[in-house]
Amino acid sequence: MSDSPAAPSRTKASSVKAALAGVSPVPGAPKPDAIFIGDSITRSFGGLAAVDVSHLEVQRGSITALIGPNGAGKTTFFNVITGFDPPNTGTWSFEGSSLAGTPAYKVAREGMIRTFQLTKVLNKLTVLENMRLGAQGQSGEGLFRALIPALWRKQEDEITARALGMLEQFNLIHVKDEFAGSLSGGQRKLLEMARAMMSNPSMLMLDEPMAGVNPALTQSLLEHIKELRETGITIFFVEHDMDMVRDISDWVIVMAQGSIIAEGPPSDVMRNPAVIDAYLGDHHDVALTESGESLTDSNVSPTKSEES
Amino acid sequence: MDWLTVFQNSLTQMIGVSAIIYCLAALGLNIQFGYTGLLNFGQAGFAAIGAYAIAVTVATLGWPLWLALFFGILGAIIFALLLGIPTLRLRADYLAIVTIAAAEIIRQVARAVSLNDYFGGSDGISGKYAADWYALNPLPVGIDTALIRFSRNDLWVVINGWTLVAVIVLITWLLMRSPWGRVLKSIREDEDAVRSLGKNVYLYKMQALTLGGVIGAFAGVIFAVAAQSVQPDNYSTTLTFFAYAVLILGGAARVFGPVVGSMIFWFLLVFVGQALNNAVKAGYISSSILRPDQVGQIQFMLVGLGLMALMIYRPQGIFGDEKELALDER
Amino acid sequence: MTGSKSEGGGMRSPMATGKVARRPGYRRVVAFALALFAGLLMAIAPAIAADTGLKGTVKDPTSGAGIAGVVITSEGDGFTESATTGADGKWAIALPGEGTYTVTLDTTSLPSGLGLANPERGTTSIDAYSGQVKTILFPLGDGSAPAPGSEAASKWSQIPQLTVDGIIFGIVIALAAVGLSLVFGTTKLTNFAHGELIALGALLTFFFSSIVGLPLVIAIVVAVLASAFIGGWVQNRVLWKQLRMRGTGLIAALVVSIGLGFFIRYFFLFVFGGQTRQFDEFAGQAGIEIGPVLITPKDLIASFVGVILIGLTTYWLLRTKAGKATRAVADNPALASASGIEVEKVISTVWILGAGLAAFSGVMIGLQSGVSWYMGFQVLLLVFAGTVLGGLGTAFGAIIGSLIVGVLIQLSTLVIPTELKYVGALVVLILILLIRPEGILGRRERIG
Repeated sequence: MSDSPAAPSRTKASSVKAALAGVSPVPGAPKPDAIFIGDSITRSFGGLAAVDVSHLEVQRGSITALIGPNGAGKTTFFNVITGFDPPNTGTWSFEGSSLAGTPAYKVAREGMIRTFQLTKVLNKLTVLENMRLGAQGQSGEGLFRALIPALWRKQEDEITARALGMLEQFNLIHVKDEFAGSLSGGQRKLLEMARAMMSNPSMLMLDEPMAGVNPALTQSLLEHIKELRETGITIFFVEHDMDMVRDISDWVIVMAQGSIIAEGPPSDVMRNPAVIDAYLGDHHDVALTESGESLTDSNVSPTKSEES
Repeated sequence: MDWLTVFQNSLTQMIGVSAIIYCLAALGLNIQFGYTGLLNFGQAGFAAIGAYAIAVTVATLGWPLWLALFFGILGAIIFALLLGIPTLRLRADYLAIVTIAAAEIIRQVARAVSLNDYFGGSDGISGKYAADWYALNPLPVGIDTALIRFSRNDLWVVINGWTLVAVIVLITWLLMRSPWGRVLKSIREDEDAVRSLGKNVYLYKMQALTLGGVIGAFAGVIFAVAAQSVQPDNYSTTLTFFAYAVLILGGAARVFGPVVGSMIFWFLLVFVGQALNNAVKAGYISSSILRPDQVGQIQFMLVGLGLMALMIYRPQGIFGDEKELALDER
Repeated sequence: MTGSKSEGGGMRSPMATGKVARRPGYRRVVAFALALFAGLLMAIAPAIAADTGLKGTVKDPTSGAGIAGVVITSEGDGFTESATTGADGKWAIALPGEGTYTVTLDTTSLPSGLGLANPERGTTSIDAYSGQVKTILFPLGDGSAPAPGSEAASKWSQIPQLTVDGIIFGIVIALAAVGLSLVFGTTKLTNFAHGELIALGALLTFFFSSIVGLPLVIAIVVAVLASAFIGGWVQNRVLWKQLRMRGTGLIAALVVSIGLGFFIRYFFLFVFGGQTRQFDEFAGQAGIEIGPVLITPKDLIASFVGVILIGLTTYWLLRTKAGKATRAVADNPALASASGIEVEKVISTVWILGAGLAAFSGVMIGLQSGVSWYMGFQVLLLVFAGTVLGGLGTAFGAIIGSLIVGVLIQLSTLVIPTELKYVGALVVLILILLIRPEGILGRRERIG
């Protein structure tokens, strides 16, 4: 959003699609304008290699999906590149600056903001306070300045105004004074996404945004994500829900057993034999053809039990 | 049985020096445990640092009181850093183990015979080390009414002590309605979420531990000045546990929680103790069941039971918010 | 790993989320057990003397008869008082108040042919508390031991003795640490009331031997079994299982354990009194020399039993079905539950086992240095040190960590004053956390 330009003549969606048209659909394919580049990133637990990614690029302004069967290492990969989990090896850069070994909070300050598979809302804070926390560069977050409200009051008002606008946009304005702990699973997902947006990310990383979301909310969540892309934000998300992936993503990266096995536009990837194999090994009841209409039922992971 | 004296003593202790000391210790814990979720079980160590800073600086070295106060604060900051650096990146219970161990280290070093010359061994250090400060007392006499009774010196300590409490409550109030306080409360709820939003969680935890520790050191300072002596065994884990009972009684993460908690705690503790004592002396309770010297043990057992019951049934304190309770039980 | 921030999850075990149907007799059993427990402890409470002082008995090492006419002197801060033993070998000195005193046995007043079993222990330093009469023992030997003058000759000659003392102390800590670690592993509870299980074992042994009058060996067996039942099964059933079903958070549970420990400690003080007492049997047992090391037979036998108990626990964990289930629950309760393991049953077993082992640990301390209401909390921090050193939640780590802590504490007296030896161990604990927080055998994932 920081580089949100004057309104372009055509939509971001079509320009990204055009840019990616020439990219060859092979694992680790270079992108014309990559915002994120990772190299030989590995992470193993005991003897088990959870992540082993030799090369990966994410196109700026795109909606890129990271899919794969359970245990493919998608979430671990997210944890590693956002600084939440130390890798065994690897380098990666975001907007040209190297992030390997950078602590999680600094990664976030660089503009890579993530959400979590099990939503992490702050239960005993109100929804509005959750939102305010997301804003970056708050002068009132320093211990000594905090004592003098005059130093941060004005900024706080601006943050509040922005938070209220964002809550409006995410249909959460009516619960702004409730404790976040009292929200439903879907509302928590929305709140977490809205809170991440308060940080003005240049890349938003969503870990299973649809997991546990009431189907009635799914469509509006999808619309939100598409709208976010139009503001110039890159979206990189992990998902199980194939319908969602096909519907909104510009580019799909497939992981299995820690490695990237395929890449390409959604329609190509779904037909890729390697991808079908990977899924069939794990979810043999999943139809991956384009006409497979019923795959959501079997493939949406069951409602995650939220930690109370 | 002299109920009036029992009542007078209980009310006096409710606003007396002990209530101030434990209120200060709990105010520090409130910032650490109540708002940030840090399990500091070494508050007694911070208090000991404050107390011994006064005693050693003034009584042993003969330096002025204001310098002693400075050393006390500095000592608490260094202690907090020492404890925080290894543990604040680890899970919460590691901090609990390390802080309780560190407080015991301080107590055992202070009472060591081989360091007698510095800390006075298990007898501690006594002397007129706040004489100058007591000389500033403008009050002509103490107070002696049917409800409360303080000597002239005690009254001076109590007035200044509660003033200090008021200042710290004000600072806590200001901090907790600021964005800084918001970050602390968020860390208590889920530190990974806070990290993912670009906040340096480690730094905030360190700040909370240090600030709470410095407030804990003030508890020791008041203790040393009021008693004109320090004894190592006054700074055992019991002090920390009482401070937790005070905090949870009044309500953690509430600005006035420690104040209310400390007053109720001391009123109840003294009331139960004095009432039992009187009952034994008057023969209402046979001394084969309870001897006078065992009353203190009953008091302590009740504190332990009370802490358990509060934590299980009313973790938000006796005046806690029903809405928050509902969240706990989800 | 980011996902392992376990304190948010509550201590709810997968099996315990629903209301468990209570068996009708359950409350009665529990009430009976508690009443039994309270009754036992009440019975221990004899009237205690409110005086402050020291006492002891000087006995002939071979016949066990008291020796008359031995002079004992106590000194402290301007106070000197001597006492001479009576015909039964007993002596007593009243002290003016709290403080640190030295107690010296005048070896010249001993009958010829007798001397101190350990000449270095002719003078001991003690802390007296008001209202407490401490028992001081001077074990005697045949007097052939080298004269005290040679003791300073070489510090290094003490190493074998200190190492053996350290290993014995390490076994004491390890016995307690196994239970602490297993309970943590299976329920994620950091139990600050675990020290009270140590004291429970020692106090019950004292009750069954010195008050009921059972032979000490039988008293120990009965006490350990009773502790395992009351301190393990009943405690888990009445308190911790209920809290797991309520979904009480881990931090809240930790604070509850603090309150519980506090309550039990002062309950022990209430019924047992403030003084340290010895078991009647074997109280002043003389040491035997094995090479350069002096050890009392009771310590040797108790340590041997301790090692066997630890060995059996290890075997149980590694080889039996129940033991494997325990390790599975510690590893991943949800997965263990899904694979058909009855998690609650495992937890109950772990509590019973842990309480029994801690009780024997208390018995060992009691044999060495007497029984007191405060003895559990005194060693609790060292038990934590051993557990953390080995890696919280791993039973094998706890055993190794405890042995290291024990030996380290004893050997540290070569370079630091004896009174600060525990301080040294706690400092090491903090340093370990700084360097290798997951402990020796712990896995990085565990620390979150």
